[in-house]
Amino acid sequence: MPELGKYAAEVLSAYGISLTLLAGLVLWSVIAGRRMRARLAKAEDELAKGRGA
Amino acid sequence: MRALLVRDLSLSVRAGGGFGLALAFFLIVIALVPFAVGPATTTLSLIAPGILWLGALLACLLSLDRILALDWEDGSLDLLATAPIPMEGVAAIKALAHWVTTGLPLTLAAPGLGVLLNLAPEGFLWLTLSLAVGTPALSAIGTFGAALTVGVRRGGLLLSLIVLPLYVPVLILGSEVARRGAAGMETETALALLGALTLGSLAAMPFAAAAAIRINLR
Amino acid sequence: MSLWEYANPRRFMAASGAVLPWISGLAAVLVALGLAWGFFGTPDDYRQGSTVKIFYLHVPAAMIAINAWLMMLVASLIWLIRRHHVSALAAKAAAPVGLTMTLVTLVTGAIWGQPMWGTWWEWDPRLTSFLILGLFYLGYLALWEAIDDPDAAADLTSVLCLVGSVFAILSRYALVFWNQGLHQGASLSLDKEQNVADVFWWPAMVTLAGFVCLFVALVLLRTRTEIRARRLKAVVARARMS
Repeated sequence: MPELGKYAAEVLSAYGISLTLLAGLVLWSVIAGRRMRARLAKAEDELAKGRGA
Repeated sequence: MRALLVRDLSLSVRAGGGFGLALAFFLIVIALVPFAVGPATTTLSLIAPGILWLGALLACLLSLDRILALDWEDGSLDLLATAPIPMEGVAAIKALAHWVTTGLPLTLAAPGLGVLLNLAPEGFLWLTLSLAVGTPALSAIGTFGAALTVGVRRGGLLLSLIVLPLYVPVLILGSEVARRGAAGMETETALALLGALTLGSLAAMPFAAAAAIRINLR
Repeated sequence: MSLWEYANPRRFMAASGAVLPWISGLAAVLVALGLAWGFFGTPDDYRQGSTVKIFYLHVPAAMIAINAWLMMLVASLIWLIRRHHVSALAAKAAAPVGLTMTLVTLVTGAIWGQPMWGTWWEWDPRLTSFLILGLFYLGYLALWEAIDDPDAAADLTSVLCLVGSVFAILSRYALVFWNQGLHQGASLSLDKEQNVADVFWWPAMVTLAGFVCLFVALVLLRTRTEIRARRLKAVVARARMS
């Protein structure tokens, strides 16, 4: 841990907030992507089954 | 095109057309300001040019969705699309009608309301002049915003969200003219830039608005 | 083989699927390396103390925030001129990334401004234009959300992006006229004279490269999601038909 001196609170909170925001964005994008992929796979499956029957 | 202008003007003057509402809104906003910031005349005269500009801008914003919404609902916009005038012309006429019924009355009313806010005597001429030069740009940009959101039901808030950032340069330059005028400083540069902005908006925005209307009519 | 091959959604899915893990990994490595280097491995500035470490987040985020809008402008133009759906969806996918980067820039700037200038917020042209940029992102995203028909939404947001770009630039110059401001000049420009010292420059460059990769990775990922959403709509419609 480097010596941050009297500005420790500022520096750490800047890093904390920014990384949280970015992590939130990444997480949101990944989860939305996964969910959409699953929904699409399910829908395509059903369509294929419907055709087969 | 003249027939369209006359039609739009007479529709907006008729009952329920909204003419006068923007003016009344402007009056109320200006009358509320001293309640919010206190009655000290020095404070009021300091912020008067900016508040008057902001009030005029908000009053203008409030009446934007009337530019196209009624024509959209009753289908006259579809008729206008097949009419022999280009859609750009329709958009320009709509903006002109909006300015005549909103921007012009606001400009004329502003000096009277300036008295309420203790505007410096030097400021009256510059305030009126800056509003006269700046409000046509507000109408032109606003017509574009109305064209973008005309297909959205209850799009009033969305319209504000889209149009307000576009109003920033006009507001900055317009209130700069009024502020500098009230403070007795030179105003030519700001006024020239504001005029350039208005002329540019008037030239370009009807094309953007017409494109948006055509997309919405598809 | 031209770039336009990837305008085909199927081709785009195949290519982006292959590239995505690599570019995500590269983004993670570069961001971690650059920030760690900046945080642990650089000296404090003699005037600003340790707050200079905020620089490694603030400047790259700001550059991505602006260039994300630029990328949206180019993608919107491609959509309007050549009608490639992938392009319109990529513009939509980039907007939340740009908005987040704008937020990061504003937050880090405010935290940095507090000890240096004695105020969280100053109505300085640079700060104010970022605030306005954030408003443009919000309006753009709100318009996407509000319109049901996907092609009309793509068209209208593209037109808004074009007009918005012009007005964003106008605002930038109107703001300079309005207030001269406290903010320092460019810090990563090619003009060496203006730049920060090399010890600060290199970690910032690595972080910037990492942020660029992160931006590309997120845009690819989100575009893939949008393409799948389109496809889902089509599949559901076809299922209803049969």
